[in-house]
Amino acid sequence: MGTMFARGLKRKSAEDGEDVEGGLAGTQATPSYSLQRQSLLDMSLVKLQLCHMLVEPNLCRSVLIANTVRQIQEEMTQDGTWRVLAPQAAGRAPLDRLVSTEILCRSVREQEGERPAADVGDGRTPGLVPGLSAVPSAQALRSPQSSLWEVDSSRENRGGFQKSLDQIFETLESKTPGSVEELFSDVDSSYYDLDAVLTGMVGSTQSGHGSGLQAFTAVATPPPGSSCRSDLGELDHAVEILVET
Amino acid sequence: MAGAGGGGCPAGGNDLQWCFSQVKGAIDEDVAEADIISTVEFNYSGDLLATGDKGGRVVIFQREQENKGRPHSRGEYNVYSTFQSHEPEFDYLKSLEIEEKINKIRWLPQQNAAHFLLSTNDKTIKLWKISERDKRAEGYNLKDEDGRLRDPFRITALRVPILKPMDLMVEASPRRIFANAHTYHINSISVNSDHETYLSADDLRINLWHLEITDRSFNIVDIKPVNMEELTEVITAAEFHPHQCNVFVYSSSKGTIRLCDMRSSALCDRHAKFFEEPEDPSSRSFFSEIISSISDVKFSHSGRYMMTRDYLSVKVWDLNMESRPVETHQVHEYLRSKLCSLYENDCIFDKFECCWSGSDSAIMTGSYNNFFRMFDRNTRRDVTLEASRENSKPRASLKPRKVCTGGKRKKDEISVDSLDFNKKILHTAWHPAENIIAVAATNNLYIFQDKLN
Repeated sequence: MGTMFARGLKRKSAEDGEDVEGGLAGTQATPSYSLQRQSLLDMSLVKLQLCHMLVEPNLCRSVLIANTVRQIQEEMTQDGTWRVLAPQAAGRAPLDRLVSTEILCRSVREQEGERPAADVGDGRTPGLVPGLSAVPSAQALRSPQSSLWEVDSSRENRGGFQKSLDQIFETLESKTPGSVEELFSDVDSSYYDLDAVLTGMVGSTQSGHGSGLQAFTAVATPPPGSSCRSDLGELDHAVEILVET
Repeated sequence: MAGAGGGGCPAGGNDLQWCFSQVKGAIDEDVAEADIISTVEFNYSGDLLATGDKGGRVVIFQREQENKGRPHSRGEYNVYSTFQSHEPEFDYLKSLEIEEKINKIRWLPQQNAAHFLLSTNDKTIKLWKISERDKRAEGYNLKDEDGRLRDPFRITALRVPILKPMDLMVEASPRRIFANAHTYHINSISVNSDHETYLSADDLRINLWHLEITDRSFNIVDIKPVNMEELTEVITAAEFHPHQCNVFVYSSSKGTIRLCDMRSSALCDRHAKFFEEPEDPSSRSFFSEIISSISDVKFSHSGRYMMTRDYLSVKVWDLNMESRPVETHQVHEYLRSKLCSLYENDCIFDKFECCWSGSDSAIMTGSYNNFFRMFDRNTRRDVTLEASRENSKPRASLKPRKVCTGGKRKKDEISVDSLDFNKKILHTAWHPAENIIAVAATNNLYIFQDKLN
């Protein structure tokens, strides 16, 4: 990984970095700052999700990223920009935003030319995952990740984002049972969905097109005695897949 | 840099001149992940130097006795023992792998002919005994020289076995295994000055162990919130005071250090002292907290000070002053404007260690591009040096390096954007008495020493 920036872009990128560094001091109103702050938010969310794909999440890193996300969220709430991301849009917005993590290293001029002024939710109805099939193919690759938020926001339908953040920590918690009681306590269904999503089985109502074995693994991880409503449905479904194959 | 490392340095403030001594490890450009060095530690005398790697192996180097024929050359470090300390494990409960990477090695003070060290991965600490065998018994009665049992009826006379010399063999054997006490990843171990107990710290808890007892440990710090959703801070490092066996410190991801006294209560959740530098509001950014996270904390040999390493600086604290550090040294301030990119490529989470010289007059820490930095606390001078194969002629002096931050780049300077962020020096160690340093650069171990006049 030699240099961090492509040769011709380094000065512009340094500016980008500085703008974000400006933080609370002064430059909040500029569209460039908001865009970069949003990019930082998206990048952080992606990083948090990636955590769960690793061997075992580095807790210090996860906590620091989550704290950064909270900071951004607080600032955006103060700005009033947070309110614009309504619960429905919260599910949709990350999908568009994931693209912007690449923008971070591009020149500011390129960024402003590309993005329309109102880039917060374009009025398309957020569907469940099937609805995302209308999305361009480049973004469809990221659908497992965005559908995570999708599932959360459709289920909870309130401050979708904050809940997702909490669920990440519940997930971390459920992944680290400290006692026998925890083993047999109710498994938070978010842990379950997170796992399912990451192994290719997208959404609980969706017929899983992931490999049958993967689906079965995702189903098998919650301990017996769990009273997840979706549990039985998943098990049935997984057995179906196995029987078919 | 004033030469004050103890030993035979001339008085009069001559600057220390660092020279290359040795390099260990493969020259190959293609680095095997398992060979990446993850910890470096001298023992109490400095005669032994241990390294741990991502593959779970420990390699111990021993300093050769000084050669009388070449009185001006110091003893070299050569391989003394190599063993597999930890193996990868699988946690079936969580369906996760437990890495075999050695996070820390700490030596025990030597009490007899054998050497003991503690090595730990994310979950399990092991006490290893390293002993020499240079004699072999011959002339057993019940078995032959090749080990086969002799027929008892054939034995007509008894003899006393005699010890004969043999080629030196160094054996490492695990004497204790301290397992199942940590839910989270162990980041530190520290041997107490009583030489009987030690602490192990993970992200949320610190446990106290007795070296003889493996099935029990005492939890002395627990910062796990009842509701994990409320978790905002983790423990990043911990260490016992070098002389006061009841005192230890631990650092956090929020840039704070807590000093605890085990005499006050069994659970040291309430600190005796709380060290935190107030934030400078003018430099606040979204990355402020991340770069304030302390990656290492080390007491000075004297026990009067402690040093902390955060992302951009090293701070020296007087244990009697909690409000702010007495010294702050910038390691690579030119990275401040690059924090966004360093966040993106995860480099901002790199955990650099730091160390004191034997006399506490100098401190050292690593940086990127295989650079490492030294700060002399007396002269207030600092220097940037590089660990590279290009500067590896025997006894070649290391040339100070300089990073150019903007404007015209002078000859021999390197610009910030040309730095190689894959070449990071996270682990360094300083000989306890002499000016010999060990620097781990990915899979290579460099040994430098000061030039003798």
